[in-house]
Amino acid sequence: MPRESEPDQSLDLPAAVKEAALAAVVAFGLFALLIGIRTDQGPTGALILTTRFRALAEIVAAVFVARLLWTLLWRKANAAVAGFVPASVKAAAAGVVPYAAAAFLAFAFVVPVIFYGNRYLLDLGILIVTYTMLGFGLNIVVGLAGLLDLGYVAFYAVGAYSYALIAQYFGLPFWVCLPLAGILAAFAGLLLGFPVLRLRGDYLAIVTLGFGEIIRLVLLNWQNLTGGPNGIPGIPRPSFFGLPFNSSAHGFAATFGLHYSPTHRLVFLYYLILGLALLTNWVTLRLRRLPIGRAWEALREDEIACRALGVNTTTTKLTAFAMGAMFGGFAGAFFATRQGFISPESFTFTESALVLAIVVLGGMGSQLGVAVAATVMLGGFELFREFDQYRMLVFGVAMVAIVIYRPRGLVATRTPSVLLSEHEGVAAAVAGSARTETPA
Amino acid sequence: MEYFVQQLINGITLGSIYGLIAIGYTMVYGIIGMINFAHGDIFMVGAFLALIVFLVLVAIGVSAVPLALLIVLLVAMAVTALYGWTVERIAYRPLRHSSRLAPLISAIGMSIVLQNYVQVAQGARVKPLPPLVHGGYTLFEGNDFAVRLSNIQIIVVATTLALMIGFSLLVARTRLGRNMRACEQDLKMAALVGIDVDRTISLTFVIGAALAAVAGLLFLLYYGVIDFFIGFLAGVKAFTAAVLGGIGSLPGAMIGGILIGLIETMWSAYFSIEYKDVAAFAVLIIVLIFMPTGILGRPEVEKV
Repeated sequence: MPRESEPDQSLDLPAAVKEAALAAVVAFGLFALLIGIRTDQGPTGALILTTRFRALAEIVAAVFVARLLWTLLWRKANAAVAGFVPASVKAAAAGVVPYAAAAFLAFAFVVPVIFYGNRYLLDLGILIVTYTMLGFGLNIVVGLAGLLDLGYVAFYAVGAYSYALIAQYFGLPFWVCLPLAGILAAFAGLLLGFPVLRLRGDYLAIVTLGFGEIIRLVLLNWQNLTGGPNGIPGIPRPSFFGLPFNSSAHGFAATFGLHYSPTHRLVFLYYLILGLALLTNWVTLRLRRLPIGRAWEALREDEIACRALGVNTTTTKLTAFAMGAMFGGFAGAFFATRQGFISPESFTFTESALVLAIVVLGGMGSQLGVAVAATVMLGGFELFREFDQYRMLVFGVAMVAIVIYRPRGLVATRTPSVLLSEHEGVAAAVAGSARTETPA
Repeated sequence: MEYFVQQLINGITLGSIYGLIAIGYTMVYGIIGMINFAHGDIFMVGAFLALIVFLVLVAIGVSAVPLALLIVLLVAMAVTALYGWTVERIAYRPLRHSSRLAPLISAIGMSIVLQNYVQVAQGARVKPLPPLVHGGYTLFEGNDFAVRLSNIQIIVVATTLALMIGFSLLVARTRLGRNMRACEQDLKMAALVGIDVDRTISLTFVIGAALAAVAGLLFLLYYGVIDFFIGFLAGVKAFTAAVLGGIGSLPGAMIGGILIGLIETMWSAYFSIEYKDVAAFAVLIIVLIFMPTGILGRPEVEKV
């Protein structure tokens, strides 16, 4: 990280105190009104003020101390560490990645065995794998094809509503609805893909955001079909190839001579989503070796060169959108059957941001990174469950912090599809500097 | 006809507020080529600051509304500008030289931070403020429908107009404005000829945030109710306005803002109020497809 006007590295206490005092003054300016004073609605409906100068003083003091410590300790330590980490340690870390992936996968498989008795952890596991799957799906669009999509949740929503509506109106079973939901989501992907073919970068991002919001608003307002804000209740639960998970004589437990337990369904759901996620992962990995995958990655690197080489950018982009959307649709159908109830509440922009954060923070294009990021983010989310109101705040802070300290993601060692030569470092540096020039 | 004129007035008022926010987007995008996703939330912070300052003034006995509003305006602008500066310093400056995606993620993170910070600090419930500016004029009447132009609408449009003129002069005449235009054309070249690029970018954020604070105050006065979530929709619509007007162009931001305001108001008035946001987003998509450079934007030359 290039830092301009780096002060000399000697321990300079007065300067550090001055810097910390400055930070404290800024903090005071920022927080004096918004934290020091709170507005609440009084009994008459008018707003009344309460002061919280104690909290304000604590925060300003905390900023002062943190800044002081940061200047005195962290910056020096950071500079010292940054010097000799790269060469050996990074190579070792890169060597560990394949094993880490295998270990991670093995762990994912035995989660229901280890935590069989713990409903809460099983639920969390299902959630994490769902987001991993969404991350894999979005990774096709963002990580491989380089098309920044801020409205991915739209496909998740299309999948969920497709499943819910088809299952309810036509009474089709889950295994028939699942591909249908995927196909419908893929069509939604094409629908989004066509208009945005000519857009790049940030414009694309904002249009996809708009698309996501349009889908949500339509779901919210199309009362006759979607139930509007009340959502769709009573979505059929999944069955084990026709055997329902209940205590009836034809149920899963009775058929296999087991004692009925509601955990069966959870375990089944867990393996179902794990299977779907692995399918997504497998398809992605295979696609990367196919011409279409190569075309995606070429498109990500340089669209003009792509066109010059005769790659059909239209179909390349559309397939990326459709493919990513399809997996989002699968995940949505799974979400619907798992919840049994869906409403537009579940498909807000925050979800899109979360999935995108998982992809980017995981290290774009890295499948293991996505899984790690999903675990870290959602696991961390759960850790803060007790501090419910601070949860999103911490999430936002973490997002900013990770992207600043690891701008290339947690696992930034994506296996290259094609290895050309050892001069990669130089090429990457040139490409990096070229990229900063592009905005005009 | 009367109904239409009334909607026209309402639309222009709403559009002025969008225009003020859009300036922040368009300047930042023009100079460093990133969508400052947190800008909508900076606007929201500005609205909250205005509300709190006003309540404090009432509590300490400043009762003359014009004086109070002036103090509110200045304090809200100053503190919001500080927010703008801090956000840039913490979340964007370290990422100046990384890929294009990183600052956007950081900005989304910052937007989440600001929203939830205000929610935690001030509570999730809406904050109502009784109307401060009363009165207005009845322009003309007909068919049992009186076209009214309220004083608050005059204030909104006049403030916006004054700020636009002042800001255009700043960009056209001052040294800072020249630096900003130089940075917009070529950051590296600007640095080579001795312009402090970091400082210019910081000041761009500061000015953008100050204008957003004004928009926040006007929003508070016009609607009389705010919550921590107003920044998201207003931000997206203001960005739409910036794109519609041609990103990087200041008059474009204003024209775009007014158009978006008009589209939203007319759609609500003549079609359905539920789908007014859909209309705004649809306009964004249509504009980007058929007019990617916006109304006053320069065509983006694709360099190899």
